[in-house]
Amino acid sequence: MIESARMRWFLGVGAAIYLAAAIGTLEVNWSRVYEGLDRGAAFVMAFTSPDFASRWSDIEHGIIESLFMTVTSTAIGILLSIPIGLGAARNIAPVPVYIVCRGIIALSRALQEIIIAILFVAIFGFGPFAGVVTLSFATIGFLAKLLAEDIEDSSPVQLEAVRATGAKWGQLMNYSIQPQVMPRLIGLSMYRLDINFRESTVLGLVGAGGIGATLNTSFDRYEFDTAAAILIIIIAFVMIAEYTSGIIRARLQ
Amino acid sequence: MAVSEKGGLKVWQRRDRNKQLSIWFRYFCGVALFMFCWKYISDETNWFFVYDAPRIVGDISSRMWPPKFAYMDELWIPIWDTINIATLGTLAALVLAVPVAFLAANNTTPSKILVRPIALLIIVSSRSINSLIWALLLVSIIGPGIFAGTIAIALRSIGFIAKLLYEAIEEIDQSQVEAISATGASRLQVMAYGIVPQILPAFAGITVFRWDVNIRESTVLGLVGAGGIGLQLSSSLNVLAWAQVLVILIVIFFAVVFSEWISAKVRHSII
Repeated sequence: MIESARMRWFLGVGAAIYLAAAIGTLEVNWSRVYEGLDRGAAFVMAFTSPDFASRWSDIEHGIIESLFMTVTSTAIGILLSIPIGLGAARNIAPVPVYIVCRGIIALSRALQEIIIAILFVAIFGFGPFAGVVTLSFATIGFLAKLLAEDIEDSSPVQLEAVRATGAKWGQLMNYSIQPQVMPRLIGLSMYRLDINFRESTVLGLVGAGGIGATLNTSFDRYEFDTAAAILIIIIAFVMIAEYTSGIIRARLQ
Repeated sequence: MAVSEKGGLKVWQRRDRNKQLSIWFRYFCGVALFMFCWKYISDETNWFFVYDAPRIVGDISSRMWPPKFAYMDELWIPIWDTINIATLGTLAALVLAVPVAFLAANNTTPSKILVRPIALLIIVSSRSINSLIWALLLVSIIGPGIFAGTIAIALRSIGFIAKLLYEAIEEIDQSQVEAISATGASRLQVMAYGIVPQILPAFAGITVFRWDVNIRESTVLGLVGAGGIGLQLSSSLNVLAWAQVLVILIVIFFAVVFSEWISAKVRHSII
């Protein structure tokens, strides 16, 4: 890969120096870690006896909120991604529209969901609404970008054929672009649904609704058995989501 | 082809009646589900604050501007920490993910009934739990600091790297493996000479890609006390120092763009 031997040496030595420096600043407090081992063991053991019962009303409320946030934000995100994705495809959008849409996508991709959530909580107040806005915004960055790339990769022959019949812009989209990108769009939307659920489980840490707040409280109180129960529920839901989206994507192809 | 008659004229339609109805019904269910969920969100929302949002946005932006660039002096060490968390976390994850991937791949796993499901369970658990939750957990177990952040990143990355890696292993060219085994090579030698050279490019690409994602994720770990620039972000937010928040957001933005650029560069040179 790297042609010159000197460059290889230089990179190798540089990496070694960096690693030494990085590990040097790690500052591990081993006695604290040693003390923590008991709690770590307690946490692992908690998975053998998860406590669903004692905080069930909180867990139920949090999980339902997470699920509802996931569904709403994915739906809103898809609806917003389609026009932005069309605008960000170089082969069908004029330059000014292209630049604006690409700008929105870049902004949405650069900032972590949590940071966006902090800002939206400051703006809209605590509650799931801030979370829904956050996840919808994050969905745009993901879905619109991939949709735009898919449209750019689509076959120009079909576009031209439909255009030659005298189709208007809407008909052009409906009969030449949409059939080409639809299977992938559905697959990506399912995948995003899955991601949004996973993200919705942490938004609660900053007050944007969902199961995260319950989880945070249970860690703060060292109630590892309740935390284990919540984590098991999250993992189960993610597995179900992954399995169903896998089936749907396989059926589309 | 679906054709309907309108006043003696045959009109082309894209779908026949049943198909059209079933599509319409699916959309109807989707909209109904959405409205049901939205009702809940709307009930939980204090709409007064939402209507008030434009004023708040104006207020916050006026407090953010101008960004307090003098604050940069205090940010260099957190930036260094953030990069270290991402890099060391990715390296630690690699060490753990490679064996998991080999155990999970259909063609290299020692036992499909016993070992593979366990490896897949490790992958799915690691992937399902966000790095912030891992950090929250580790902070409560081993105390706040960079170390907790590094391990959180590592635990989160194992699933991602192992998943992509085992898919790469499953897609290898089997004839090379057969050729090596035909020479009488042991299981380990088959791996080293038949499988590893084939997955090495994918492996490097996955690693750099995950490093890029990890830079992004490690910027927020500080919010739960796991080190990095997030600590400064959360303390600035707590005292409502919006001018400092803006500086931190700009720094994070550049860090993310920079890491994405490096990762794209490296992946481009590999593939």
